[in-house]
Amino acid sequence: MTTSTNPAPATTPVLDANGVIMRFGGLTAVNNVSLQVNAGEIVGLIGPNGAGKTTFFNCLTGLYVPTEGTVSYKDKVLPPRSHLVTQAGIARTFQNIRLFANMTVLENVLVGRHTRTKEGLWSALLRGPGFKKAERESHEAAMELLEFTGLAHKRDHLARNLPYGEQRKLEIARALASQPGLLLLDEPTAGMNPQETQAAQELVFAIRDQGIAVLVIEHDMRFIFNLCDRVAVLVRGEKLVEGTPDVVQADERVVAAYLGTPFEGAPGDEEVAEVRAAEAKAADGATSTTSKPRTEEEGDTE
Amino acid sequence: MTTQTTTETQAPATPKAPKALSYATLGGAVLSFASTFLAWTWTAEFPGNLTVDGYPGGLQLLTLTGALLTAVLVLGGLGIPGLRWATPGGKYASVRLMALATFATTWFTVIAIAVELGGLVNLEPGAWLAAVATALTVALSFALPREAEPTGTSGWATFAAFFKAPAPAAAKELPSWAEILLIAVAFGIGLLAFTYGIGTEGAEDFLGFLLLIGFGVAALNKSGLSRRLTGLTVKHKNVTVTAAFVSAFAFPFTQTSDAYTSVGTNILIFATVALGLNIVVGLAGLLDLGYVAFLGVGAYTAALVSGSPNSPFDVHVPFWAAVLLGALASLIFGVIIGAPTLRLHGDYLAIVTLGFGEIFRIGMQNLDGTSGPDITNGPNGIPNIPDLEMFGFNFGESHTVLGVELGRFSNYYLLMLLVTIVVVLVFRRSDQSRIGRAWVAIREDETAARAMGINAFRLKLLAFALGATLAGLAGTVQAHVTYTVTPAQYKFVESMPPNSAFLLAAVILGGMGTVSGPLIGAALLYLIPAKLQFMADYQLLLFGIALVLLMRFRPEGLVADRRKQLEFKETGQLDTPKGDIGLSKAGV
Ligand SMILES: Nc1ncnc2c1ncn2[C@@H]1O[C@H](COP(=O)(O)OP(=O)(O)OP(=O)(O)O)[C@@H](O)[C@H]1O
Ligand SMILES: [Mg+2]
Repeated sequence: MTTSTNPAPATTPVLDANGVIMRFGGLTAVNNVSLQVNAGEIVGLIGPNGAGKTTFFNCLTGLYVPTEGTVSYKDKVLPPRSHLVTQAGIARTFQNIRLFANMTVLENVLVGRHTRTKEGLWSALLRGPGFKKAERESHEAAMELLEFTGLAHKRDHLARNLPYGEQRKLEIARALASQPGLLLLDEPTAGMNPQETQAAQELVFAIRDQGIAVLVIEHDMRFIFNLCDRVAVLVRGEKLVEGTPDVVQADERVVAAYLGTPFEGAPGDEEVAEVRAAEAKAADGATSTTSKPRTEEEGDTE
Repeated sequence: MTTQTTTETQAPATPKAPKALSYATLGGAVLSFASTFLAWTWTAEFPGNLTVDGYPGGLQLLTLTGALLTAVLVLGGLGIPGLRWATPGGKYASVRLMALATFATTWFTVIAIAVELGGLVNLEPGAWLAAVATALTVALSFALPREAEPTGTSGWATFAAFFKAPAPAAAKELPSWAEILLIAVAFGIGLLAFTYGIGTEGAEDFLGFLLLIGFGVAALNKSGLSRRLTGLTVKHKNVTVTAAFVSAFAFPFTQTSDAYTSVGTNILIFATVALGLNIVVGLAGLLDLGYVAFLGVGAYTAALVSGSPNSPFDVHVPFWAAVLLGALASLIFGVIIGAPTLRLHGDYLAIVTLGFGEIFRIGMQNLDGTSGPDITNGPNGIPNIPDLEMFGFNFGESHTVLGVELGRFSNYYLLMLLVTIVVVLVFRRSDQSRIGRAWVAIREDETAARAMGINAFRLKLLAFALGATLAGLAGTVQAHVTYTVTPAQYKFVESMPPNSAFLLAAVILGGMGTVSGPLIGAALLYLIPAKLQFMADYQLLLFGIALVLLMRFRPEGLVADRRKQLEFKETGQLDTPKGDIGLSKAGV
C-alpha cells in the first residue's frame, strides 16, 4: 500500500456500505451492515456458513437490490445495477466459479474489458483504424493480465478445461481486466491445496500493490489473518466485530461464535461438528459423552 | 498435433495390413469401377441412363466416384508415392467407410431398379457385377486391420473400433500458392457436388447422392483429409471466403436453364435468413421461434412500395430505398418485439417469440378491409410485384453474360448472393469483436456477464434487432423473387422452408455460431424435401426423427463451432496449426 502508483492516500474510503439490509421474505440475510474499505487496503470478511457474506457481496455489486441501505464507491452512491457497478470500478469473483465456460481463456479476459472499451456494432462492422487499435490494445492488456496470473500459456484453452485452481486465477484475471479500484473475492482459495493457497496469497498482495483495494471472503483463517489489514466478522447477517487481525483473533465473541471450537475454521468442519453435536444430543440420555460441551456451544450459535 | 478426441485416439503404431489384402481390396474397387461401364438395366424407364455398355450414366456415376475414391484411399494406405497425401490419418477406417459409401449407393440403385421395374429380371449382368464387387470390397475392407483397440468387449465397442482412426500428423508446409490452389480445388469439387445434387432428376438419384456424400464425408474425415483442409482454410481465411463466394458466383454459369437456379435462389434466401437467426440463437443464445416474421416484414414492406397494382400505396420507390425501408421496418418491429420479451429467459422467450411470430402473420391476414384497414389484402396477399430494374438491367429478362445466358432466377440468384455476402460479413465481423464476445458471454452465463460490466438487456436487444434487420433485408429481395407475398408464407412450421421451425433447424443442424453451418444446413433442409416429394406426407415426421438422431449423435451440428467442438469432444487442446485462429485475433 506504500506504492507510488497508489491513486489515493491510504485513508480515503473506496467503498462505503452504509446500513445495508437484505431480506428474503422473513429471512434477514444481511442486517444493517456498514463497512468501509480504504484505498490500498486488504479487508477480510469472515463468518460461519450462511452468515450472509455472499449475500452482502451481491448487495455491493448490484446483483441484489438491498432492501435498505446504500453503497457508495469513491463518494458516489452506486445504482443497484450490476454492470454499472462494474463500470464504476468494483469487480468481483464468484464463490462457485462462473467463467464463460465455452470461451477461451483469452476471450474470458477480453470480456472483462467490456466496460473499458467503447467500440460498438458500427465500429465492429466497419473495422476502421480505431477498432483495430482498440482490439490490439485489448489483446495486449489481456495478455498482460494472463502473464500476471500465470495463465499466458493457456490462452487458447477453453475455460472449462482448466484445472480448478487455474479457473479461480482466471476469474481474478477477468475481474482485473475491468480495471477496478476495488476487487471483491468470494472464497478465492476454496478447494485449493496449500501451495496454491500460498500462491493466491501472493497474487492478492501483488494486486494490492497495483493500487487496487481488496475485500475478500474466506474460511481459511491463516490465509485471512496473514493477508488482511482489517477483518470484519459477520454472524447471522450482523457485523459482530471489526478490527485488525490481532483484535479479531482475540475477541471472545468471535471465538465463541466462530473460532473457539475444537475444530479449525475450514468450511466443512463446522457442519461436521454440528452433526456430531446432534448425534451427541441424541445419545445424551444414555451416557454423558465427551462431545457434550460442544453441544452447548453449538446451541449458542444456532 | 497433440489433440486427442473421443473418436480419434492416437494409436501407438497402426498395424500394417498384409499387402495382398490391400491389393485384393483394390481389386474389388477396380471391379466396382469397371461395372459402371456396363448396362445395369434394359429399359430407360428407370431415371438416368443405365442401359448402355461403354460409359456410365445416372446413378452409375456415383458408384464410379465411390469406387475411384476407395481405390485412391487404398493406394494411399499402401504408401504408393504420389498418393500418400490421401490418408494422412486413418488408412483403413477411411477405406472401410468409402467402401461402404460405394456399397450403399450401388445396392440402393440395384434394389431401386428391381423394385421400381418389378423384379430382379430387370437387372442386367452389369448390375449383378456391381452389387457383388461392392459387397466384396466392403468385406475385404473389414478384413483390414483395426487402427484402435476396442474400448470394451461389447459387440458395439468391437464394431466401433473398426471406424476409429488416428488423427493426422502435422502437415508439411507447402508453398502458399500450392495451399491456395488446394483450397480452390476443394471448392471446385464442392461446387461440382452441389451442382450434381441440385440437378439430380429423380428422388432415386438424390437419395443415392445423399448416401454417397454421407458416408464419403465420414470417410474423408477418417482419412484426415478434412482436417488437413480445415487447417488450410484456417490459415488462408480470406482466400477461403473468396473461394467460397467465387464458387457460389460460378453456379448460375454452370446451369443451362433456370430450373435449378430458382432452387439455388430459394436456398440462398433460406440460408441467409438462417445465418441472421444464427446471430440471435448461436451467438447471443436467444431462442427465437418467430424469426420468419422479420423476413415477412421486409417482404411486405418491399411489396407495398414496389409499385404493385395491388398495393394500396401508389408508390414505386427505387430498389435501394425499398431495401432500406424493409430493413428499417424489420429493425423497428424487432425492437418493438424485443424490448418487452427479452426480459424473459429460455423457454419463456421461445414461447413469447412464437406468439409474436403468429401475431404478425394473423395481423397481415386481418388487414384486409373487413377486420381492419385494407393494407395487405388479407390472405390473398400482394400479388403482381414487378421485377426489379436497376441501371436499365431488368431482372425479369434473360441476359447473356460471358457467353452464358442468365435467366430471371440467375439474376435474382446473383443479387441474393450479394445480400448473403453482406450478412456473412456482418456475422463474422460482429462475432469477432467486443460486441460478439459480449453476446457469447451472455449466452454462457448472463449473471457473470452482467457482473463483468455488460449491459445484458441492451446487447440482447442489439442482437435481436440486428437479426431482424438482416432478415428484413433478405425479405425485400424475396418479395420480388416470388412475385407475391402472402401471410401463409410466414408460418411457424410448414413442409417447405423458410419457416421459423426450419430456420431454427438449419441453424442447429448446420452448427450454431458458425457461418458455414447454417448455409449447409439450409441447403440440405431445402433440397431434401424438394427432391423427395414422394415422402411429402411424412416430411415433418422424418424431420423430427432426423433432429432427434442428430442431437443424439452429433449435438454440435454438422459444422462444429471451434468452441463447441472442444465442448462436446472434451478435448483440452486446440487442433489448429498454430493454436490461434481468427476467433481470438482482431482485425481479420
Ligand atoms: N436468493 C436468496 N433467496 C433466499 N434466501 C437466500 C438467497 N440468497 C441467500 N439466501 C440465504 O441467506 C443466507 C446467507 O447466505 P450466504 O450465501 O450469503 O451465506 P455465506 O455467508 O456466503 O455462506 P458460505 O460461507 O456458506 O458461503 C442463507 O441462509 C441463505 O440461504
Ligand atoms: Mg458464500
